[in-house]
Amino acid sequence: MIGLEIHCQLTNLQSKLFCSCKANYREFEPNTNICPVCMGLPGSLPRLNQKAVEKASMIAMALNCKTPQRLGFFRKNYFYPDLPKNFQITQLNMYGPTSIGEQGKVSIEGKEIRIRRIQLEEDPGRLIYEGASERTQITLVDYNRAGTPLVEIVTEPDFDNPRQVRIFLNILSDLLENLGVSDPSLEGAMRADANVSIEGGLRVEVKNIGSFHDLEKSIHFELTRQQSLAERGIAIAQETRHWDDKRKITISSRSKEEDEDYRYILEGDIPWVIMDSESIEKWKKNMPESISSKKERYITKHAIPAQVADVLSSDKYYSDLFEQAHTESNAKEVANMITTDLMGLVDTREKREQSRLTPKHLADLIEIINSGKITRSSAKNALQEIVKTGKSVSEIVSQTGLAKISDERELVKIISDVMAQEPTAVQQARENPQTINYLVGKVMQKTKGTADPTLTLKILKERISS
Amino acid sequence: MSLAISALEYISSVKNGSITAEEFVAKTLDQISKHEDRVHAFISINERALDQAREIDKKIKSKEKVGAFYGMPISIKDNISIKGGKTTCASKMLSDYVSPYDATVVSKLKSQDAILIGKANLDEFAMGVATEFSAFGPSKNPWNTDYVPGGSSGGSAASVSALECMASLGSDTGGSVRNPASFCSVVGLKPTYGLVSRYGLVSYANSIEQIGPIARKVEDVAFLLNHIAGKDQNDNTTVDNQSQDYLAGIDSGIEGKKIGIIKEMSRGAGLDKNVESAFWRAVDSFEKLGAKVEEMSLDMVEYTVATYYVLTTAEAGSNLSRYDNIRYGYPMDLEGYEFKSYISKARRNFGPEVTRRMIIGGFVPSAGFAGKYLLKALKVKSKLKRQVLEAFKKFDFLISPTVPILPFRFGEKIDDPLAMYMADINTVTANLTGIPAISVPFEIHNGLPIGVQIHANSLQEKQLLQAAHALQGTTSIPGAPL
Ligand SMILES: [Zn+2]
Repeated sequence: MIGLEIHCQLTNLQSKLFCSCKANYREFEPNTNICPVCMGLPGSLPRLNQKAVEKASMIAMALNCKTPQRLGFFRKNYFYPDLPKNFQITQLNMYGPTSIGEQGKVSIEGKEIRIRRIQLEEDPGRLIYEGASERTQITLVDYNRAGTPLVEIVTEPDFDNPRQVRIFLNILSDLLENLGVSDPSLEGAMRADANVSIEGGLRVEVKNIGSFHDLEKSIHFELTRQQSLAERGIAIAQETRHWDDKRKITISSRSKEEDEDYRYILEGDIPWVIMDSESIEKWKKNMPESISSKKERYITKHAIPAQVADVLSSDKYYSDLFEQAHTESNAKEVANMITTDLMGLVDTREKREQSRLTPKHLADLIEIINSGKITRSSAKNALQEIVKTGKSVSEIVSQTGLAKISDERELVKIISDVMAQEPTAVQQARENPQTINYLVGKVMQKTKGTADPTLTLKILKERISS
Repeated sequence: MSLAISALEYISSVKNGSITAEEFVAKTLDQISKHEDRVHAFISINERALDQAREIDKKIKSKEKVGAFYGMPISIKDNISIKGGKTTCASKMLSDYVSPYDATVVSKLKSQDAILIGKANLDEFAMGVATEFSAFGPSKNPWNTDYVPGGSSGGSAASVSALECMASLGSDTGGSVRNPASFCSVVGLKPTYGLVSRYGLVSYANSIEQIGPIARKVEDVAFLLNHIAGKDQNDNTTVDNQSQDYLAGIDSGIEGKKIGIIKEMSRGAGLDKNVESAFWRAVDSFEKLGAKVEEMSLDMVEYTVATYYVLTTAEAGSNLSRYDNIRYGYPMDLEGYEFKSYISKARRNFGPEVTRRMIIGGFVPSAGFAGKYLLKALKVKSKLKRQVLEAFKKFDFLISPTVPILPFRFGEKIDDPLAMYMADINTVTANLTGIPAISVPFEIHNGLPIGVQIHANSLQEKQLLQAAHALQGTTSIPGAPL
């Protein structure tokens, strides 16, 4: 059995959870995105960011959680250098449900994963270790991150295997992005710990996992480790183990973290937040359309194939492009262009940030294909140019000679050249007409995709059979 | 020119030109240098006070807009942050800490041209009833310097009583404004929880404490409250008071008002006989003013001191854990320590009373004991609150002696924490229930002051100040015999 504890920063918020420093701390020099509040200076008080409550509540609702009548904040007390106040302001359901959500569920491939609770809390600062050897090692603290709004999602131990974990995390990541609350691709924006146990064994917590890829590996390692112990009749101890990033194994952590008593007390500086139905209805209305509803709409309204609709709806970048580029008549073609031609060009965060493509480009490209001025494969080349330069479609077509070659005389000349260079292929095509596509491809290559494909085939067929 | 005038008299004198801010502030600084050796009300003095007074005089002369305080010298308890100056909380832990920001009350006073004359002494982190626990030495009672001035805002009350300032801001977690006000024969108000912003007040027990004004006259306290109360976006627990004017109609009297005498605070074994008889004379005074007075009972009061110490130590344990001397504090070399051993070494600079409360504060909310202590205390707190709310259906005010004992000599209670904690029995109810309470000087017994405490329902400060003003009118108490 596997359960997850996922921490997700609300990276899209303007400010931190309790002050007006930036929630997006990444662009700052160390210890410059700080103020008396997030540094916990004597006399400072937390000022609850209402937007964070709203966004966190949206996450809870999207994960089908129950919303409490009122929200409470608690202090988790422990000493650690990354904690400016030596306590973390978080939430707790020990005295009744007062965290942002509880008892949710998510379906993955027909299996239900239950969400135990979701809480809104502050991220600590960041520790940076420097120095070559243990003796010379120093620890630096950067408080820029301290106070960043963080949502902790705790699942029940409902996963059977690492694969389900991966699917769940992908769904969750898409969901957060679709809600517009977070950019999970930012470094450290989404982190997860796992607890792993096998039939009859005690629960082992695995921490310090740097990436989702490693999470899967660490779970796999831990399951194997526990099974081999069980086979040899050795009891599995309840403990916390750390993932060793270099050796790709889990190691028993010597610190007694599990014994720590956090002496939770109510955070009196933040009054109870009453979750009135009026606000909740308003937030619900403001929630973006869910991924599954988008998918459904793409399939039923625009007759887009299920697989394409799936890709399109689960990626906010693609679906936003689609929503803005499509009309009733071109929807299917826009969807196809995004999921086949565009995908490789903007598959990473960096590429997306650098891309100059606008929805209008897509609409224009479809239009110019339909008008017969360029071929589909030319459109693909144009797309590359657009992503790079942002030039308009008409500009690119006129400047780069992508206009379709539909002049029969010109094509006949090119085709003659190709046939002269490829005598074996011509021979083959005579014997087996299906292989003619090889020659079509050669013509396309030579014309950089600008040859009218229908006309090319027609001419080739004529010339081969004559 | 006398330093013993009231704040309102000061304002009219400066306005009509009979005195200048510079004259008054200079004379105040003289008074400070003359008496500080014996009183030790201050931890630090504002070196720029005279310059600031001159600037204000210049504004007055050139008919520019001048703030409501006209350069009035005010002392500020040294657990309230003033930008650029030390905020030590009378602790070695913060001996070098300079606040980079102003508390909300401080920026309000500054914007109204008050002169913040100095930072007043206190018990370390406001924990104590005698100012004996200041890491920088105790303050003395201006009425008799062998006696404690009360606490924890002992420096604030002593500075007001010794004419070292016009008024002061203290903080009151369990009586820390009212207790020293009573011991030093000045007026001290603990406002309704949430009426005054705590932003910039160094937290001790944040769920019950408030900043409160201390002055020689009830009307001066009302004037100060006018300028520090109200909603603050930096303190989520503040309430909107609709900019109420607490000074207007302060002399309305209390004829026909119903007053309840809290039996559990006004009779019994722990109450000093002299305090008791003075208090019952105050009851007569209230009756003569036309109020209807009767005894009533709040039986939860018996449990309030225990409740208070459980709640405050639990909160203090959390609030004070940030003092690890990593980001600010006092000079100490970090080299060669592992994190946990550094923390315990660095935190050894807390004084004995703070250390005692940290230890209790680590214990009462801990797993396995929270149910027995912390949660039980919270239950008492809510039951007490219900009782008090019920009482205010019948009464306009509830009264008691402010402190059950007379000011005591230094060292008399310092080794008997339980006896020391019982001095809080009459004051902690206002903090545990959030209601406002004021201490008014009533008598002097053998040269030692006795104060009377009046409670009102939440946000009824206007009525409360009217009652205090009426009682003040029945007394004639001289100034401290310094
Ligand atoms: Zn900040």
